[in-house]
Amino acid sequence: MAEPRMLTYREAVLDALFAEMRADPAVMIIGEDVGAAGGVFKQTEGLFAEFGALRVVDTPISEPGAFGMAVGAAMTGMRPVFEVMFGDFMTLCMDQLVNQAAKVRYMSNGRAGVPLVLRTTMGTGANLGPQHSQGFYAWAAHVPGLKVVAPATPQDAHDLMRAAIRDDDPVLFFEDRMLYTARGPVVAGEPQTLGRARVVRQGRDVTIVAIGRMVAFAQAAAEELAREGVEVEIVDPRTIAPLDRRTIIASVKRTHRALVVDGAPLAYGVTGEIASIIAEEAFDWLDAPVSRLGAANVPVPISRSLEPLSRPDASAIAQRVRAMLA
Amino acid sequence: MSAHLSQDARWRLFETMLLMRRFEESVAKMNVEKHFTGHYHLYIGQEATGAPAISLLGPKDSLSTTHRNHGHVIARGADPGGALAEIMGRATGLSGGRGGTIHLTDASLGFLSTSGVVGGSISLGVGGAFARKHRKDGSIHLALFGDSALEEGVAFESLNIASLWKLPIVFLCENNSADSWDRSRGGYTTLTHAANDLRSIPGALGIPSRRVDGCDVEDVHEAMAEAVEACRAGKGPMFIEAMTRRWAGSAPLWPELSTGVTDLRMATGEAAIEGEHSAWYAQNDPVLKLARELLGEGAGARERIFAIDAQVTARMQAAERFAIDSPMPAPETALQHVFA
Repeated sequence: MAEPRMLTYREAVLDALFAEMRADPAVMIIGEDVGAAGGVFKQTEGLFAEFGALRVVDTPISEPGAFGMAVGAAMTGMRPVFEVMFGDFMTLCMDQLVNQAAKVRYMSNGRAGVPLVLRTTMGTGANLGPQHSQGFYAWAAHVPGLKVVAPATPQDAHDLMRAAIRDDDPVLFFEDRMLYTARGPVVAGEPQTLGRARVVRQGRDVTIVAIGRMVAFAQAAAEELAREGVEVEIVDPRTIAPLDRRTIIASVKRTHRALVVDGAPLAYGVTGEIASIIAEEAFDWLDAPVSRLGAANVPVPISRSLEPLSRPDASAIAQRVRAMLA
Repeated sequence: MSAHLSQDARWRLFETMLLMRRFEESVAKMNVEKHFTGHYHLYIGQEATGAPAISLLGPKDSLSTTHRNHGHVIARGADPGGALAEIMGRATGLSGGRGGTIHLTDASLGFLSTSGVVGGSISLGVGGAFARKHRKDGSIHLALFGDSALEEGVAFESLNIASLWKLPIVFLCENNSADSWDRSRGGYTTLTHAANDLRSIPGALGIPSRRVDGCDVEDVHEAMAEAVEACRAGKGPMFIEAMTRRWAGSAPLWPELSTGVTDLRMATGEAAIEGEHSAWYAQNDPVLKLARELLGEGAGARERIFAIDAQVTARMQAAERFAIDSPMPAPETALQHVFA
C-alpha cells in the first residue's frame, strides 16, 4: 500500500479529481469559475491547466440550464462532475435534478442512466448567512433515484469522490466548507463503493451517529466524555442514501443507546430517519429513547454571536450524552 | 410544389405520417375502451413537422422531446406495439410500463429523455449536443418542444449556452398555439409570451432562426435539411419555429377523437368534407394535405394511398392486439432499478 500523504480535505477532493480525470477522458468538470479561476475555494485549482477548456468548463450563471446540460451529457457518454458553488443554489437545479436525473434509470426501465456527480459546498461557521450556509442532503435523500454522500475526513472525501465519479447513477457530494482546511492522512487505494458506514471510534456506552462535520464534534465530545469514564462509539454513515443500516444497527445493539447528530435543521431531517430506523430495528436492545441533535429550525443567522447557536457543537453533544446516561 | 423532396421521399413520409396518425387514433381508442387511464396528449395535426424533421437524423443523432411525444417516437422508428404497450403500462412496453405516455422513450433510438415538465428536456438536449461536440463524429441533437416551453427560464439559458459554445443542436419549436382554445372555453392556456415573434428570442442570442409552415412537409424538410447540415458542419445551433394548428381534439382539457378516425377518402373526394371540423380537414390536416398532393402524381396514386393505409391499419391492429394481450408488470418488479 502507498504511503499516506497529509492532505487537507480540499486537496483530497482535488487529488481525486485529478486521478479520475487522468484515468477516464469522459470525466469533466462543469461549473461557475471552475476553470482558469480554479474555483472560488480553490477546489479545482490546476485542473484547467492540465485538462484544458474542453474538460474543465466554465458556464454562465445559469444553474438550471448548465446542470441540465450536464445531465444530458451524462446520458450520452460523459461523466460530468457538476459544481454548484453553494449548496443553497441547488434549489435552482431542482427540476433537472429531481424530475430528470433521478428518474431516468427508472423511467427507461434500466436502459438509460445518468453517471453524474453534483458536488457542492455547505455548512455554517463562516458567517455567510441564510442563503449561503444550507446543506440540502435531506431533501436530496428524500428523492428515490439520487445517491447522497457527505464525507467527514480527507480520506473519505478522496475515496468517495472517486467512487462517486465511477458510479453509473447520479451522486450528490456535499462538502462542508469548514472542513476544507482539515488535514489528515490520505492513501490513494482502490476506489470504494458507496453505501458503507465507518465506525470512527469504538466504545461500549453509547453510539453517536454523526453526519459530516458533526463527526469531528462528536470525536471532541468523546474525548471529553472518556475522561469522565464514558466510552462513546461513533458511526459515520458517510453515504446518506443509500444508508448503511446494518453498521448503525449493529453498533446500537452493542451500546444500547443512540444519539443522532446533524448540522442541518432537525425538523424533517436525516436524524429523524435514522432514529426511526434504530427504533424499528433495535427497539428491544435500547436502554434509553433514541436522542437527536440538529440545527435549530431557523434561517442560519449571519451574526457571529448568533450563528453558533443555530447548530450542535462538541459541548452540546457531550451534555446530551451525559443526560442520556443519567 | 417545390422539387425539394423526391417522389420516393414524399411517399415514405406519407407512410410515416399515416402511421403516426393511426397510432394516435389507437391511443384514443384504447383510452376510451379503458385499457389505460390517466391523462395523455396526442400529436394529431403536427405530423408534417415531426416526420420530415426526424427523417433527416442519422443513427448516431439524439433527440429529446416532450409530453406530446408519441409522433416523434413512432417517426423515429420505435415499434408501435411496444409503444402502445408502454402507454398502457404493460410489461412489454418500451420501458416496461415505467414511463407511460408522458415519458415514452426508446433509448436505443437515441432519445435522451422525454420530459413532462414543460421546457424540462431542452437543457438535456443541449447536454446531448455538448457530448456530441466532444466526440467530433458529426452527429447532432434535435430538441423538440412546444411554443410554451419558451416561457420557461431554462429554455433561455439553454439557448444561450448552445449559442456560446456553438453546439450542434437544432431547436425545433412546434408552435401549435394557433386555433387553441383559451381557458374561458374550457381549454388549456395558450402561449403567454411578451415576445410577439418567438424567433426574436434565439435571434437575440445570435442563433439563426426560420419560421416554416408546420403543415407542409416540403417547407419543414427544406428548413430542417439546411439546419441539420449547418450543425453537422459546426455552424450550430439553429432554431426553427414550425407553425402548426392546434387539432380540435387537443383543445379541451381531456383529449377526444373529435374528428373521428381519419377517412382518406376526404382527400380523394370520395367522401364529403362537412361538419364543424370541415375547415380543418380542408386546410390544416397535414395527412390529408399530403395525400392530396400525392394524388397529383397521377395514375396509380389513389390505389397506392389506400394500399399504404391498409398496411398501416393492419400494423396498428396487430399493435393493439399485442398491447391488449400483454401482461401488466409483476408487482415484485416495482422496485427494480431503484438504487437509492
